[in-house]
Amino acid sequence: MTVTTPPVPVRTTRKLPKWAPVAVLAVSLLLALGIQFLGDGPTIAGVFFIGAILFAILMTVTSRVVEGERWAKDRLATTLVTFAFIIALIPLVSLLWIVVGDGLTRFSWDFLTTDMTGIFGQMVEGGAFHAIIGTVYVTGIASIIAIPLGIFTAIYLVEYGRGPLSRGITVLVDVMTGIPSIVAGLFAFTLFLVIFGPAYKAAVIGGVALAVLMTPVVVRSVEEMLRLVPNELREASYALGVPKWLTIVKVVLRTAIAGITTGVMIAIARVIGETAPLLLTVGIATGVNWDAFDGRIATLPVFVYRQYAQGGASADRAWAGALTLILIVMLLNLIARLVSRYFSPKGVR
Amino acid sequence: MAVAESPPSDPEAPPKVRVGRTPGRLGNRVFQGISTASGIFILIILAAVAIFLLVRAWPALIAAPSAFEDVGFMLGRDLWSWVWPLLFGTAISSVIALVVAVPLSIGIGLFISHYAPRRLAQGLGYLIDLLAAIPSVIFGLWGIQWLQPLVSPLFTWLSTNGATAWLEENVGPTIFTGYQAPARNILTAGLVLAIMILPIITATVREVFLQTPRLHEEASLALGATRWEMIRQAVLPFGRSGVISATMLGLGRALGETMAVLMVLSPGYLINFYLLQPGQHQSIAANIASHFPEASGLGVDALIASGLILFIMTFGVNLIARWIISRRAEFSGAN
Repeated sequence: MTVTTPPVPVRTTRKLPKWAPVAVLAVSLLLALGIQFLGDGPTIAGVFFIGAILFAILMTVTSRVVEGERWAKDRLATTLVTFAFIIALIPLVSLLWIVVGDGLTRFSWDFLTTDMTGIFGQMVEGGAFHAIIGTVYVTGIASIIAIPLGIFTAIYLVEYGRGPLSRGITVLVDVMTGIPSIVAGLFAFTLFLVIFGPAYKAAVIGGVALAVLMTPVVVRSVEEMLRLVPNELREASYALGVPKWLTIVKVVLRTAIAGITTGVMIAIARVIGETAPLLLTVGIATGVNWDAFDGRIATLPVFVYRQYAQGGASADRAWAGALTLILIVMLLNLIARLVSRYFSPKGVR
Repeated sequence: MAVAESPPSDPEAPPKVRVGRTPGRLGNRVFQGISTASGIFILIILAAVAIFLLVRAWPALIAAPSAFEDVGFMLGRDLWSWVWPLLFGTAISSVIALVVAVPLSIGIGLFISHYAPRRLAQGLGYLIDLLAAIPSVIFGLWGIQWLQPLVSPLFTWLSTNGATAWLEENVGPTIFTGYQAPARNILTAGLVLAIMILPIITATVREVFLQTPRLHEEASLALGATRWEMIRQAVLPFGRSGVISATMLGLGRALGETMAVLMVLSPGYLINFYLLQPGQHQSIAANIASHFPEASGLGVDALIASGLILFIMTFGVNLIARWIISRRAEFSGAN
């Protein structure tokens, strides 16, 4: 009686060594450089663009020869997926690069502390102080409306909401995150037009427009944070006889406070750069308007847009304004991340 | 110690239970009231957006076609023949944005969820999220200053290469016909839009890919699949509905994006597919932003009517996207 042993699976193809992709990359970049020399002379963008295409082709062909078709496909997929990520980084890096580069020409303490009163033609003085104040006003008004509304709605959805009403609110909040900003601007415009008549212009109109955009963002992020609070904490609190509302205030909200702060700050960062609704509602002014309820007011994004449209010396101010705006947004994002990192409760997981 | 305390000496006496009102009952009511009211208030806001826009758009919707002749920016057209080209421009810029952004987003999502080293993945995710934080007006500046010069040689080549020239000779004008520098055309605007919606699509796609059941992935790998085969067998089928809904979310955003189109595109009011020619197309949102400040009377109503159409469109697109997501959450047995 013979015992047949199953055939031992043998890998018939070889595997490329680990350094192979690096070597192929170097070769393709050199080739790209050579090709560029034959043409109009090398540029950085050209070398990387042609080099990337060469790398994808060479790598796949090499792998096809040595490793076989399936592994060649795998290599190609890895290459393409990595390229997709790198391509996405190019706009981010180039954008930050030109904003910082062009913005620094005019960015200074003077720029931050002077306004545009009496600035005309090709004068290089003037700054964005009035626009910064306006942005603080408009965003502040939006926050005063949107943050409590958003947090209470999230509390309703997580702690109280049952049945179709809660489901409906969840769906519509999601849909509301997709409202075009210009539609929010039109809404605020018509709302105040109907109530106060056509002559009324004030920062508060812009604030309402931004609040419409900001509320759903706050709801979503706070809701997510509240759902992370473990149920055991709530039950422990109820077991001690604490009423539900105090449980929410003292246990649930306090546990989630870091996450809520993060979410709120990211929501502020999201609306602070909104341009279109402010273009429709608050317009632009040359000086500081300290009254939030009367008169046009300048805001940073609209300032950037208008200054750029004027061209010449104003374009430099536009870039400096863009740098200011991006610094504010990045700072808000950074603080938000730090808060969530260092102040969130250290859980078991 | 409290536990060791002796029970009441008299067994007949009723146990000392607090018999007052439930503590915090008023607080509970008030708190629940405020929370519920906030939730309902959000519904009211959403309804108010629709109602106020409709009220202000109504005069334009019922006006006779001849009434619009006084409105300068409508070029003597009536409401619908004015809105159609804008709708077309909105649609075509969004489609270009999606064609570019969706494959890229799937790649980025896969890179972050399955290719990048696990320790790096979260940080790389933040980097992509940073794109979402950049204000749209700055994307507009970037589009004019950086992207336009960069794509100009590419567009020149697309417009003048042999194949395009041959097609123009023998078939007729192609979509690449007649490029004129600077690149203030719908294709550039679509590319800027693509970068802007990239983080939105990526965020959803990435989450869905991360939710792929580990067992499916490991089963596939254990059968000897390469990583790409595993992704095709396990990750992509699982994530299909997520990709579709992410695409819809991106579409909703692209339809309503104002500043990038306003700043990059040289506007026109025609319906054609000449992607590289300036002065052919315009989107609804950018059109509102450019004409609203100087509009008056019926012109304002007409612009608000176009805004209402945009609102209905984005509302529908977002609703469908959310519906797909929620349906998926109910039926995916894997979680």
